[in-house]
Amino acid sequence: MVMETLEQIKARIENAISGAKPEIIPNESPSAQRSLLLDPAHAVEVAKFLRDDSQLRLDYCSNVTGVDWLDLIIKEKVKVKKVVEGVEKEVEEPVERKRPGYLEAVYHLYSMALKHGPLIIRLRTENRADKNHVPSLTPVWRGAEFQEREIYDLYGIIFDGHPDLRRILMWEGFADHPMRKDYVEPDDYEYEPTPHDEVLEKTKQHHSPEPKP
Amino acid sequence: MNEGLRSELSKQGIFTTTLGDLYNWGRKNSVWPLQFGLACCAIEMIATTMARYDLARFGAEVFRPSPRQADLMIVAGTVTKKMAPQVVRLYNQMPEPKYVIAMGACAISGGPFKQGYNVLKGIDRFIPVDVHIPGCPPRPEALIHAFMTLQKKIETQQLTGVNRPRHLDAEAPSEFPVPKFGGHDLEPPNNPAVWHAPKLVREP
Repeated sequence: MVMETLEQIKARIENAISGAKPEIIPNESPSAQRSLLLDPAHAVEVAKFLRDDSQLRLDYCSNVTGVDWLDLIIKEKVKVKKVVEGVEKEVEEPVERKRPGYLEAVYHLYSMALKHGPLIIRLRTENRADKNHVPSLTPVWRGAEFQEREIYDLYGIIFDGHPDLRRILMWEGFADHPMRKDYVEPDDYEYEPTPHDEVLEKTKQHHSPEPKP
Repeated sequence: MNEGLRSELSKQGIFTTTLGDLYNWGRKNSVWPLQFGLACCAIEMIATTMARYDLARFGAEVFRPSPRQADLMIVAGTVTKKMAPQVVRLYNQMPEPKYVIAMGACAISGGPFKQGYNVLKGIDRFIPVDVHIPGCPPRPEALIHAFMTLQKKIETQQLTGVNRPRHLDAEAPSEFPVPKFGGHDLEPPNNPAVWHAPKLVREP
């Protein structure tokens, strides 16, 4: 059975839930697997709609994962009207725009009842530091519980409404989030049997250079 | 007693030995391992005890479910940083004399997960290891070889003198510090009394 297109799903969400603003995220890779970005305020309502709607019935959340997006400087060319040598011309000028980083939770949804999918939905935090909250979808898909805990552990996203948000892989009292791109791992590279590249650099810091004969 | 007299007596049907030899002969043929596995190496360890490879031939068929009845700890698998304190604690609870076989690439160095944030780079950072077996996972033959190597080691241990093993030396430690969970890593990250970094093998 074929699922509706993403545009159709988006239109139906906007019809069913007032104020919801889902956004289609393009994917330029060969898979072209696009996804739906949900706004945090309506995410739980939209998720319930996706699960309960008779044409979608996305009853199975197969995977939840996290993504860390760092601050990004986007270089664009903007057309500006300028007076060049006494004549007004349209000139392209390079403009740099800073996009603040954010954390993302990605859910892969399938329908066991109608045998279709996947539909990929995303939730984004406002930034990577203090505004790192998104609503938990565990009340909608119970299977997301441990995976949301894992994302909390490794990325530091706080899921509001999660029944039991604790670390799952690392211990309580561990301060870092190891899957973040700016994670600094403890320096225990005293010994590496076959060091190379960056591992070699780390290993060399522990060894004073031997005097050459 | 010299070797000549001993062989002369044995020709006459008189068997002579020393207390040390007898003691070690008994010990090396009744090494009871601790029953615990950490990862896929444990499957090979289980296979080693089963009928095809039959570790029972070496007197080690009784895997004890309690550390207080075990002589040998086979660290079979990846030791995560979250698991390391428990492994050290189990080792501390074993009675002397106790031995450790580090089985597989993960237990000896962290193996394929060495550069991960959560894996201890070898259990020998916290407890003394008697035999290391490389392999991912090592075959049952390799574990049997490690076991026979350990038996040879037990056989040659002296009961007295400066080279006597740890369990016969009242001064030597029998407990090893259990690492604590810190904010960024285990604290301490290794036990300098049992481990120090070897020299960098390969120069660029």
